[in-house]
Amino acid sequence: MITIILFIFVAVGVSFWWLWRQKIFSKPWTTEGAEIDLRDDIGNIGSSAKTALFVFLAVVSSMFSLFISAYFMRMELNDWRPLNEPALLWFNTLLLVLGSLSIQWCSRAAAKSDLTIIKYTLLATGFFTGSFIFGQLVAWQQLVDAGYYLQSNPANAFFYLFTGLHGIHLLGGLIVWLRTTIRAFAGSDVEQVRLSVELCRTYWHFLLAVWIVLFGLFLST
Amino acid sequence: MAYVALADRGQVLSHPHSFITKYIYSQDHKVIAIQYFLTSIAVGVVALILSAMMRLQLGFPDTFSLIDPSQYYQFVTMHGMIMVIYLLTALFLGGFGNYLIPLMVGARDMVFPYMNMLSYWVYLLSVIILMASFFVTGGPTGAGWTLYPPQSIMFGTPGAENGIVLMLLSLAVFIVAFTMGGLNYVTTVLQARTRGMTLMRMPLSVWGIFTATILGLLAFPALLVSAIMLLLDRLLGTSFFMPAMVSMGSQTDYDGGSPVLFQHLFWFFGHPEVYIVALPAFGIVSDLLSVHARKNIFGYRMMVWAIVVIGALSFVVWAHHMYVSGMNPYFGFFFATTTLIIAVPTAIKVYNWVLTLWRGNIHLTVPMLFAIGFIFTFIHGGLTGIFLGNVVVDLPLSDTYFVVAHFHMVMGVSPILVVFGALYHWYPKITGKMWNATLGKWHFWLTFLGTYSIYLPMHYLGFLGVPRRYYSFEGIEFIPESAYALNAGITMSALFVAVVQLIFFYNMIVSLFKGKPAGPNPWNATTLEWQTPNTPPIHGNWGPELPTVYRWAYAYSVPGADKDFTAQNEPPNEQDVANPT
Repeated sequence: MITIILFIFVAVGVSFWWLWRQKIFSKPWTTEGAEIDLRDDIGNIGSSAKTALFVFLAVVSSMFSLFISAYFMRMELNDWRPLNEPALLWFNTLLLVLGSLSIQWCSRAAAKSDLTIIKYTLLATGFFTGSFIFGQLVAWQQLVDAGYYLQSNPANAFFYLFTGLHGIHLLGGLIVWLRTTIRAFAGSDVEQVRLSVELCRTYWHFLLAVWIVLFGLFLST
Repeated sequence: MAYVALADRGQVLSHPHSFITKYIYSQDHKVIAIQYFLTSIAVGVVALILSAMMRLQLGFPDTFSLIDPSQYYQFVTMHGMIMVIYLLTALFLGGFGNYLIPLMVGARDMVFPYMNMLSYWVYLLSVIILMASFFVTGGPTGAGWTLYPPQSIMFGTPGAENGIVLMLLSLAVFIVAFTMGGLNYVTTVLQARTRGMTLMRMPLSVWGIFTATILGLLAFPALLVSAIMLLLDRLLGTSFFMPAMVSMGSQTDYDGGSPVLFQHLFWFFGHPEVYIVALPAFGIVSDLLSVHARKNIFGYRMMVWAIVVIGALSFVVWAHHMYVSGMNPYFGFFFATTTLIIAVPTAIKVYNWVLTLWRGNIHLTVPMLFAIGFIFTFIHGGLTGIFLGNVVVDLPLSDTYFVVAHFHMVMGVSPILVVFGALYHWYPKITGKMWNATLGKWHFWLTFLGTYSIYLPMHYLGFLGVPRRYYSFEGIEFIPESAYALNAGITMSALFVAVVQLIFFYNMIVSLFKGKPAGPNPWNATTLEWQTPNTPPIHGNWGPELPTVYRWAYAYSVPGADKDFTAQNEPPNEQDVANPT
């Protein structure tokens, strides 16, 4: 459970740091008036969406930290036989990195309201991410062909479970990507496209980081 | 269709007119809150009936042939799971969270109304899946609400065929619903507070619900993780939790899994869950006490810090539920220490509630009675918690009725008293009508004294060593005759308390049609939800402009002020600004 404890320490640390900045030591009964409120983004839908995404990523991190904790605890038992990861995973990782890079490029273009580049980079993101998911399925097939079944060992079960959940999260991201792409091609408000692109960028980078952690975990154990 | 432009959001709210869009597919946080209220209370009534069935068997064994051992375990399991998750969590966060957060922080609605609506519908789906398990072959799961493997998914346990699968599915669906709702509650508190509403001006109800939501968002994944892995063990034959074992004389296909791993994951969710239920109750009860004692809450800052510290500590105490699991004794020492440390901020809260009452202008209204009743039951349950937090005391008591009495006192009776107090308190705002006070007082006294007569004797049963989870005590020699008599008495009290709740339902339903108009602010409260231009508030809550907040939520009986409360959005006059109190 060390992994999840570390995660909770980080989460609590961030919360306390944030609360500290919110003047949690002020004495609210001593001051009257609305002027003490210094926020300038009240009700701004863009900052709301970013906040919600940040909180959601904390939820997903919590879930993966718990899974990794379970992985370490289950690994210590003596029926654990490490899995030989297919070499294809390296190629898949490259695809996901390219997906992340193209959404990064896209968000730069969005900052300059350059719709042409937004469209191309969005398509590239979708292509690389879709290929990654397809590549993961091929990796599953390779493992099954080699006789590494889900039931035969907990290491295999964890591998299928982790890659599956990561893939499901990417699929969820692709739904948002699809909406963004349709918006970009329909030529709707650049403001709105920019917000969606920024949210997608954060989510893609996050899922890339999760994948690198998971892949590193598989390789090192 | 009419639209109100939101200057502060750059978005529009729709005002639907047909019955279906107004009450069924509504995106209004108040309607969604009422949907959560009604659904969770309905499912809670089912759980109440299940507990009555259990008590009938325990109080009068061999009298009711319709309850067999399998059913008894199914009732125990469903009662526990429904009460903790589908009633209390949904009611406090889905119900009160939805209703109170936007009104109390001065927002027109949740930040993402569509996702909020979706949250309710997914919650309803999880309830339907859960209820469906009563009607499948083998019935609902009887694994105990903790669903410990290996027995929860092994044949021989009631509901191992389908019940357990539906239970785990339902939990997963519930977590999805909660996450959608929770993202809304957190983001609304963070982003949609009106001008002047700094964090330290928020009412403690919002602080409690906000912190509990964050706990839920970080802790529910642990339940999801354990549910997914247990489902895989059950359906696809993996061995995450399942050890090699012989069942019904033959070797199972499972090998090498760790049941204790499940317990760690489950309680990593399970302990924060206690505070997911308790923190909103703490916050709400603080507001009830302050309003009805006409006095500012004692130690507001300390109350906020205590909520936050309890929230943080609640993640490092989980293994105190596992002292008897055979874990390393040094672990037990660590978790006993953290458990006792968490009693410090909790005790600060209790002292501050009592000190709020001290020299207050106490109005013994119905919500106030429930709030004061909560202080009694919570101190009671909290003290027995200190017993059980110590490993050496917990070991002999852990499988007895002492534990049942403890957690019902602290997690059952206490939050439910707050739920009643809060429903009485906000009913006039939700419906615009006032309930019958005499019936309300009867409801309080009968419930309060009735629940005490259920759970106080249970502590003695625990000291005698009467084991919990047993269908029947036949043939256990050390249990004296008097314990059976006590059990019969407890059952009578339980049935009595269950029937008494009809007073509450009668009062609420009749008042809806025949109650006197309550007026916008019957309690003379300062917080924003009582300052809405309409009662009940319409979709959008506020008039053309959002309220501006000038002071904290507890300006009661301010010396020199012309009335005993000053609303948060009442502009300060010149004199007050010169001499802030």
